[in-house]
Amino acid sequence: MPVKNNIPLPVDYIGSQEDLSSGEHFSSKISVSNLDFFYGKKQALWGNNLEIAENRVTAIIGPSGCGKSTHIRAYNRIFELYREQRATGEIILDGVNVLSPSQDLIELRKKVGMIFQKPTPFPMSIFENVAYGLRLHYHLNRGEIAENVENAFRQAALWEEVKDDLHRPALSLSGGQQQRLCIARAIAIEPEVLLMDEPTSAIDPVATSKIEDLIEVLRKKFTIVIVTHNMQQAARVSDFTAFFYEGWIVEFGPTKEIFTRPSKKQTQDYITGRFG
Amino acid sequence: MRNRSHRTRQLTDLIVRVLSGMAAMVGVFALGWILYEVLARGIRAINFSFFTELPVPPGMPGGGLANAIVGTLIITIMATVLGVIIGMFAGVYLAEYGKDRPYANSVRFAANMLMGTPSIIIGVFVYALMVLPAHHFSGYAGAIALAIIMLPVIARTTEDMMNLVPNALRESALALGAPRWKVTTSVVFKSAKTGLLTGVLLAVARVSGETAPLLFTALNSPYWPKTLNGPTANLTVSIFNYAMSPYSNWQQIAWGASLLIMISVLAVNISARFLFRGEKDNAG
Repeated sequence: MPVKNNIPLPVDYIGSQEDLSSGEHFSSKISVSNLDFFYGKKQALWGNNLEIAENRVTAIIGPSGCGKSTHIRAYNRIFELYREQRATGEIILDGVNVLSPSQDLIELRKKVGMIFQKPTPFPMSIFENVAYGLRLHYHLNRGEIAENVENAFRQAALWEEVKDDLHRPALSLSGGQQQRLCIARAIAIEPEVLLMDEPTSAIDPVATSKIEDLIEVLRKKFTIVIVTHNMQQAARVSDFTAFFYEGWIVEFGPTKEIFTRPSKKQTQDYITGRFG
Repeated sequence: MRNRSHRTRQLTDLIVRVLSGMAAMVGVFALGWILYEVLARGIRAINFSFFTELPVPPGMPGGGLANAIVGTLIITIMATVLGVIIGMFAGVYLAEYGKDRPYANSVRFAANMLMGTPSIIIGVFVYALMVLPAHHFSGYAGAIALAIIMLPVIARTTEDMMNLVPNALRESALALGAPRWKVTTSVVFKSAKTGLLTGVLLAVARVSGETAPLLFTALNSPYWPKTLNGPTANLTVSIFNYAMSPYSNWQQIAWGASLLIMISVLAVNISARFLFRGEKDNAG
């Protein structure tokens, strides 16, 4: 049974204390409080409270349908494409509540990039896919665009594979390459936060490990929130882990703690594979 | 328990199969017959002067339908431009903005009704609206009548084709910070490109054989269409006039014009199919 009361927050881990693993200081980039989410009349998230540490990787795990994706889809308000979906509560990013109606969506989405479950290259060339976002947000001449595109591909560890095929359609790439193209496209516009919604669930193990390596590099520059149903992945790539169950955040803390000494029985049951 | 007879079952199966096979054959046979007759009779009327000369009075040798060919092309192109612009905007509204809002639902319902409206009614409507007040027939009225017929076809196919574009693609573009209109024009349109073009081609094919709406609007003329602000020559009304005439050389030309329209419609339909199939192959 899910715990239907407010779960005490391990906020004391963040902002005030030191990261147990590295001994560094870090601060909170996103602060979620009392986030409720509705699909029409059906409530999907209940009083979510979460602190996302700056320049760290936060993993969100939990069984299917527990609200992991729903939770991060509130951060960039992408859910607003659907009329019946609604979020209430606060998501404070750099001191501003992004859920407030006065928040400019284009500005928000420039700051908060997103990678989706299935690779979604646009029906244009490999080059144009990455140039697309750049042209949306910057006034650049051709040379500057080319330079930035190359930079993004290099950061996404894809440059060597595509540099001779930049004008081929992006759809001709393999699934794993398409996903790295989407990452290049997202980081080209220099966001501060990267939301990854099960970024490796649609691609093969080799491509998955490439993307995990990439996350390892990207964490130095971006604040990353990754939703995953793969617990090994969460353990490998993340600093913090939140365990979701039926729309509630059951437990949140440093990944090491969650995987070695979970304080809630549900978390333990899930990570030991008893359900989910 | 007694088994049901195998023989009865097999016999029933045979009867149903023969009946449905025959029904299918009737349809194909009718089409084949029409194609054959039009081709056999029309081919005799098709020669160089058919495409280059103006009509001649009955009984005189030679003559062609050059003016009607040009008139039909102009009217159809004009109708297509009008129909595509308005129809696509309406389709975009339905697919991207309206969705299941009550207003969108009523627009969709109206489009379906308009699609089922007999074309002669649209002809009479434009006649009352444009021809009567102006006191003369006009090519413009003809183009508008055809555009009205195309409008719902284009609006609905645009909507359907845009609905085939996965939302994941819209989400990715929005997540990059693209404004909504840009998502539609740069990403959704690009993905649905061939489907949209196919819809336009099918709508063109649909109106190129229309006679009734033109009879009330563009009427016909034996002269070159120098202006559309008066009766304008066109193929379908020419067929109607010539085929009903008692003169054999006019009837001959009507067959020729029928063949021309038939082949054009066939060509448009086939290219629409190829376009669509080519795209599906590319998508893998």
